[in-house]
Amino acid sequence: MSTAEKLENGKFKWVGTRPVRPDGVDKVTGRARFGADLFLPGMLVGRVLRSPHAHARIKSIDTSKAEALPGVKAVVTRDDFKEMPSESVAAGEMMIDYRDMTRNIMAREKVLYDGHAVAAVAAASASVARKALKLIKVEYEVLPHVIGVIEAMEPGAPVLHEAMFTEGVEPTPDTPSNIAARNELGRGDVEAGFKKADIILERTFDTAPVHQGYIENHACVASVSEDGKAELWCSTQGHYMVRAFCAKLLGMDISDLRVTASEIGGGFGGKTIVYLEPVALVLSQKAHHPVKMVMTREEVFRATGPTSGANVWVKLGATKDGKITAAEAVLKYQAGAFPGSPVGPGCMCAFAPYDIENVKVVGYDVVSNRPKVAAYRAPGAPISEYAVECVVDELAEKLGLDPIELRLKNAAKEGTQAAYGPKFGPIGFVETLEAAKSHPHYNAPLGPNQGRGVASGFWFNIGGESCATININEDGTAQLMVGTPDIGGSRASMAMMAAEELGIDLDKVNPVIGDTGSLGFSFLTGGSRVTFATGKAVIVAAGNVITDLRERAAKIWDIPVDAVEWEDGFARPTSSNAGEFDPLSLADIAAMAAKTGGPIAGHAQINAQGAAPGFGTHIVDVEVDKETGRVTVLRYTVIQDAGKAIHPSYVEGQYQGGAAQGIGWALNEEYVYGEDGRMQNTGFLDYRMPVASDLPMIDTQIIEVPNPNHPYGVRGVGETPLVPAMGAVACAVEHALGTRLNELPMSPPRVLKAIGAIGEAQA
Amino acid sequence: MAKIHVTATVNGDEVEFLCELEETLLDVLRDELHLTGSKEGCASGDCGACSVMLDGRLVCACLVLGVEMEGRSVETIEAMAAGDELHPLQQKFLEHAALQCGICTPGILVAAKALLEKKPDPTETEVRFWLAGNLCRCTGYDKIIRAVLDAAAEMRVS
Repeated sequence: MSTAEKLENGKFKWVGTRPVRPDGVDKVTGRARFGADLFLPGMLVGRVLRSPHAHARIKSIDTSKAEALPGVKAVVTRDDFKEMPSESVAAGEMMIDYRDMTRNIMAREKVLYDGHAVAAVAAASASVARKALKLIKVEYEVLPHVIGVIEAMEPGAPVLHEAMFTEGVEPTPDTPSNIAARNELGRGDVEAGFKKADIILERTFDTAPVHQGYIENHACVASVSEDGKAELWCSTQGHYMVRAFCAKLLGMDISDLRVTASEIGGGFGGKTIVYLEPVALVLSQKAHHPVKMVMTREEVFRATGPTSGANVWVKLGATKDGKITAAEAVLKYQAGAFPGSPVGPGCMCAFAPYDIENVKVVGYDVVSNRPKVAAYRAPGAPISEYAVECVVDELAEKLGLDPIELRLKNAAKEGTQAAYGPKFGPIGFVETLEAAKSHPHYNAPLGPNQGRGVASGFWFNIGGESCATININEDGTAQLMVGTPDIGGSRASMAMMAAEELGIDLDKVNPVIGDTGSLGFSFLTGGSRVTFATGKAVIVAAGNVITDLRERAAKIWDIPVDAVEWEDGFARPTSSNAGEFDPLSLADIAAMAAKTGGPIAGHAQINAQGAAPGFGTHIVDVEVDKETGRVTVLRYTVIQDAGKAIHPSYVEGQYQGGAAQGIGWALNEEYVYGEDGRMQNTGFLDYRMPVASDLPMIDTQIIEVPNPNHPYGVRGVGETPLVPAMGAVACAVEHALGTRLNELPMSPPRVLKAIGAIGEAQA
Repeated sequence: MAKIHVTATVNGDEVEFLCELEETLLDVLRDELHLTGSKEGCASGDCGACSVMLDGRLVCACLVLGVEMEGRSVETIEAMAAGDELHPLQQKFLEHAALQCGICTPGILVAAKALLEKKPDPTETEVRFWLAGNLCRCTGYDKIIRAVLDAAAEMRVS
């Protein structure tokens, strides 16, 4: 049966089922090796000295006492990293600049945030390393700092980069500022559009920066040989990216650096760049020993991630019957200490779910004295779409329309020209809205102090470069290798697609993640791309295996290859005209491989095009305690288009996890800074992510509107689930309170302030 | 610094190790004994990724000093399966897809097992509050809670 027929009849053997994941047993027994779980002979402990200041010039660094301490094998500072010219490259869904990257991994002229790395040591033990850090003398000239995005944009604000002149404005300013860039997109004529409106709403929102919050701290082990060749083991979403970044920063040939991705304990975008890895390599080179570096949680908070905090202004105009006539927004996103916030995608996504004639979005990328932001699950989109969804909800309220009806009136469909450019192919947005409208949750009764919110979300999803290799073993089992780290069950979906194509049992396919020395370049695990792009590579590789298998059968039967077909795991003659032969199984052919031309394998190296966007709609009920300001989430439903769910349990898991992260972003998570510009809540006790007792069960509904650019119809599912969550929770809270907060997180003090229970100063 | 000699029982075996005063039980398990199933997520007792049983009591290994282990007994995730036989909790976590990245899984399994030993028939709310000390950032806890409740039901029957 062909794939098309299988899709038509729903007759898949593996796709759409829920088998136990192939790496599962190792994960429940403690056997799986994550970043910090590797031990090499002679391995040293590497640790980083970090800035205690938010902004300071480094006048001098004296490492002599640390170097003299017994047990210290190497010390590195800015002097051990070469200057890099400014050069922008893609890092997942974000852009990075090597000039900034080398300064972020090790401060050069200035420290730009509390926690910025200034030196590192490699020592025989953790206790010696800690002592050595205390012996390093750094002389700072402390400078005024700025933390907030609005403050950083003000004239006269402390300037982080003296050579930063805002890009994207004409003429280029002649004084430096913290505004790295301004960008603008849109179409139509917003002024004319607003003139057609019967109602216009303008609202301003503030969101706090939030950390990706992966439970596994950054960790790596580097081992550099005397001949300059190096091995690196690390927890990353993309070991080929790590290889490229490290080779560039250290001036190595790419072939001299072999990177192995460990099991990864969460990333959510935060493990798409390098922090420790180049430092560990230089320490190992200097110390002539392998060096392991593991961050503490405090270091993760002070020096990695998060995503931007932002200030967003939204203006929407609509007719009385709810047709949106114009939409405008201004987004001001924190980039952290170096340019490169996700304000670009924030602008593109802001109004993407809607078919609006007149759109204008302006974005500002703003630096301030906080850690450089990293990608976080649909980078940029959750912030702008939260603000827009809140205004859409208020618009519905003011017009006396159901918020789902209002969305249906304006929803993007197949053929809609998105405000950010392309025309949508088949998309499932309307289907998610219809499913929400008829969901029992949407019509269930609410009690006192309870509110219901609904919001939608969009994310592009990406494709990109992936390799896959399938080696058929002598016994007919299949060794499947891909180059995208498995962050949440992708080995299962890869093996399922290979088994489906080859027509063999799933337990005959052993999927592994290849290191950079074993497989060609694969772009990282990010952009919700793996099941789509690497999945496509697996299917192409399986097709190449099948071609090989048919050729072998043709040889065995001595008939033309065109007269051999592959069906459900067997080679058969296409018709009786081709001859009468008993079908040959994959195992039969594998057993005869040596006699028919040698080992059987299929490889694919592709740049997968045609990733299709994801749309989702969330419904949430909350109850607000007006005495304490605490918000309790009572019920939550996620409805999202997956195109085709390969392993539905892991698709549901993405939906549920995204919703939970969104609840944290909406209700509790934020960075608290002191007057001194230092982060004060650098642990999980005070940076309050949702725990099990904070959440209800999270109901899911998978919509399947197939992506025509994937053989099974797959579209990415990983990031979209975060996007609608903040808007949905915010609207629920606001309906419960009867007042709008327009600010995240809606923590108890802010809720109490909004209902007038406490004053501004206490909030 | 002189290291302290400690004799303790780890997963049923008598083990001797040397540790510095500042080293935690988690450091000893991971760095000395190479039992890396217990994970460090915070080193402050907030995430539960290093949950172990110390003399039959659920603790965070990062909050116990190595030198406190003299004469005491610790059980880690590595001892949860009986030979080839997975513990019902481990099996249910696999069947329910109750893990994504898997870094929090060992700690959650150890903690859940401790709950079911105390209370074989917990309510959903009881499971949620018992596991409130174990952070998971991937799953939203839904499938974890279902797996624990399902394992409890199966263990009550058998």
